[in-house]
Amino acid sequence: MTYLKNSKERFYLFLLLFFSVFPALAKSGSDTTAWLQSTGVIGTILLVVVSLVVTLIIGLIKFNDFFKKLKRNKKQKDYEELHEEIIGLEEGEIDALLEKRKKALTYKLEGDELGGKEKALDEKGIITHVSHDPKPRFFDKKQKSKILLETAPELKKLILYYLGASAFWLLLGTGVGEFLGLKFVWPSLDHVSWLSFGRLRPVHTNTVFWGFASLSMLGLAHFVIARTSNARLHNYKLSWISWGLINACVVLGNLFLMGGINNGGGEYREYIWPVMLLFIVALVLILYNFYKTVANRNIKEIYISNWYILAALIWTGVLATVGYLPFYQNGLGETVAAGYYMHQGVGMWFMTFTLGLIYYYLPATLNKPIYSYALGVLALWTQMLFYTLIGTHHFIFSPLPWWLQTVAIVFSIGMVIPVTAGTTNFLMTMRGRWDHISKSYVLPFFLVGIIFYFVGSMQGSLQATRFTNYVWHFTDFNVAHSHLTMYGIICFILWACTYTIVPKITGREPKTYLVGGHFWLALLGLFAYTFPLMWGGTLKGLSWLQGEPFMESVTLMKPYWIWRAVGGSLMLVSHFIFAYNLYYMFKNHKERTKQAAITSKENSEIIKK
Amino acid sequence: MFDFNTNHKALVWTMFLVFLGLTIWIAVIPAFQIQNEYGPLPEQKDLTQEERRGLEVYIAEGCVACHTQQVRNIEMDKMFGKRPVMPQDYYYSKKRQDVWRQSPSLLGSERTGPDLSNVGARQASEAWHLLHLYEPRAVVEESVMPSYRWLFEEIDSNYVSESDLVVSGIPEEFIKDKSKKVIAKNDAKALVAYLISLKFTDLPEDMEAPEFIPLKEKDKELAGGSSESSSSGVDGKRLYESTCAVCHQSNGKGVSGAFPPLAGSGIVKDPNPTNHIKSVLFGKDDNPQYGPMQAFADELTDEEIAAIINHERTSWGNDAETITPEEVKEIREEGK
Repeated sequence: MTYLKNSKERFYLFLLLFFSVFPALAKSGSDTTAWLQSTGVIGTILLVVVSLVVTLIIGLIKFNDFFKKLKRNKKQKDYEELHEEIIGLEEGEIDALLEKRKKALTYKLEGDELGGKEKALDEKGIITHVSHDPKPRFFDKKQKSKILLETAPELKKLILYYLGASAFWLLLGTGVGEFLGLKFVWPSLDHVSWLSFGRLRPVHTNTVFWGFASLSMLGLAHFVIARTSNARLHNYKLSWISWGLINACVVLGNLFLMGGINNGGGEYREYIWPVMLLFIVALVLILYNFYKTVANRNIKEIYISNWYILAALIWTGVLATVGYLPFYQNGLGETVAAGYYMHQGVGMWFMTFTLGLIYYYLPATLNKPIYSYALGVLALWTQMLFYTLIGTHHFIFSPLPWWLQTVAIVFSIGMVIPVTAGTTNFLMTMRGRWDHISKSYVLPFFLVGIIFYFVGSMQGSLQATRFTNYVWHFTDFNVAHSHLTMYGIICFILWACTYTIVPKITGREPKTYLVGGHFWLALLGLFAYTFPLMWGGTLKGLSWLQGEPFMESVTLMKPYWIWRAVGGSLMLVSHFIFAYNLYYMFKNHKERTKQAAITSKENSEIIKK
Repeated sequence: MFDFNTNHKALVWTMFLVFLGLTIWIAVIPAFQIQNEYGPLPEQKDLTQEERRGLEVYIAEGCVACHTQQVRNIEMDKMFGKRPVMPQDYYYSKKRQDVWRQSPSLLGSERTGPDLSNVGARQASEAWHLLHLYEPRAVVEESVMPSYRWLFEEIDSNYVSESDLVVSGIPEEFIKDKSKKVIAKNDAKALVAYLISLKFTDLPEDMEAPEFIPLKEKDKELAGGSSESSSSGVDGKRLYESTCAVCHQSNGKGVSGAFPPLAGSGIVKDPNPTNHIKSVLFGKDDNPQYGPMQAFADELTDEEIAAIINHERTSWGNDAETITPEEVKEIREEGK
């Protein structure tokens, strides 16, 4: 990352922190001052953030040193080997060697080694940008990718339809989210039952989950599965049916929710079972389709991405079924299932799937292999073992059995292992290519996603412990956490993958300043959204701890809710830019690819001649 | 055979079976156990038909998005109930609704509004609930709760029949057509019936309630709270805010047409505090201008009632003599 960008980012971060803290300072009654003077939870948060950054930097430096040492060892070995070789040489051989060396030492440059007498011509059209007036630039010129990956037209169409539908649900889902955010500021915005807060809230979450993120992941995965299996997709029709089923599920589910028909209010289980069944069937069809494609692969090994993608599909099939089966869901049985389902919905579906996508798209963008295959495998199995057991950490201090709560807390801390393994793997893959970040419009999305993967997940682990539960449970802190992760990780990674692949299959790149606009608005929006809510949520929890009248905790949140609405607006604007970028890349892609096919054919004919 | 790198069958089956095993261990078995282990408490009552209808409205409108029904076993949750919830408390309410809809997720994960496990004891007034549902800001000025206008209808005041439940005390700013009256639809009545039914069941004598875990001293310091202002201390103003202000308002002015003012009130200013203490202890319903007041004898201790009454007698321009907890105790023992 260039210095400028870095400092810019830091500046905004500071600005946001300052403004989110400001209202609290301005009305600092005795409570706030007491709590500011104490070593305080915010101190803990700051420490955590600081230590995370520092650990990361230190970790990288250490790794660097370690590898340098490894290299040095190797050099030493080579040197010793050479020594031994020389001792074993015959006399004639030594003479020839010395002669060669003498020649090398007396060599002089003629002056035309790098140039030639011929005229410079760019016959293959490699040079795209010529400037006669080199000025220092504020933003680096982004590299254009001229590669057009040959993709089966059927697959291409499929991917574009998945991504297109997903962008539609993104706009709708986050539009609804923004509307809900405004209702915190103006509770009497409207009096229409279908648009009331309680009914629309699940519309927001379910639309971005099952509509936006799921369709986007599946679309991107179709490319990965076919490409890394070096084979055609087993069956296009199955994927089209799934596309229809998922969209139908979201349309119907939302209409039911707005009409006041929901499954019982459990988070992400709000769609009634006949509607959710559509989604589960779609999952099974896609799983079968992907599995068959992988089984018929024209390559010996199953690429790690496919491990993750198949795992996510299998696990989600199981967990959705278990979440909806009725036999054990009366009384608090439902609550056990709720903890299991709501947490795994995030961890086994979105997180696992997205990690699988990173394992393909990040190396593909960097044009280098993933740093460690083994770490990826370790992360997958630990993800399965640990993540599955921690659902009950949403119900700490509830009447659920104490042992369930303890298991959840212990394995929440255990999540440090897969998260660290994953983060290390991705950052080590990016290592040595940091300079690419300012030159690429894709890598910043990846970097943000990966950093949030670490920070958001670690924060989630810390949130599962005792004292943090006292302060943060039931507050807006949870809302901030879920956006830090679902938005900071999942959305950013999905956008990174989308910007990586779409230009390569449609042959048209988005305008880089618009991608930049999307990136910065989304990132600033996320900060403006989450930081005030984390701060306000903490104050809210402290107010409860101090036994103040409940309304205090509502009134104190008001400035932070305004910040949330501001952040949400920025995010929403960025999504419109994203949708435009997607449209821009899609437009006329058929003609362009036809054109490209003709030129490449002509080129190959020329070469043959 | 188990070379996952090349054997897709082994890979997929391992993922499936191990995950299924973990799922059964961590979710399915505990869910079965907890479902089958707990029946209702001895004195627990099933929901009436109307209350169950109210619960359905509660779920349909998404109330669980902002309201928990989960008094946790930690000290800070004491403000919402005298004991932590137990699995038995949910026996009747958390049942599968019908073939399409599962048992309602009542515990909740967000407390944007207060916990409702015991709201029926805290706020037993039907008039208040109706007004609050129609326009929350008519009774709680700072509330951010949506108003549920579609559970009510406006009809011409000439057509109001005796069986209609009229919402009284709606401030003028919230009514468009002054010639009309707002009456509650059946859904609103059911929802209010359900809310008022939310009360902790008393435990039989041989059964011990789970205890609240007190906050560690170290954590208390972290939270910045000093011990004298904690919930265990008796602070009349604070208690008034959390118990009485929803009706009589923080400024003591009440809500015209629904809840009487305490500022300048004859009962409050009366040098003889008997009537004042009695209304708080046993409730009051003798003024047709206002809704009935609920009894607080079971909700508040003598110390707490004395503190609240003293706050009322010395605030908003009131200047009556203060009372002692002993006086409350006497009247409590005397009974109505």
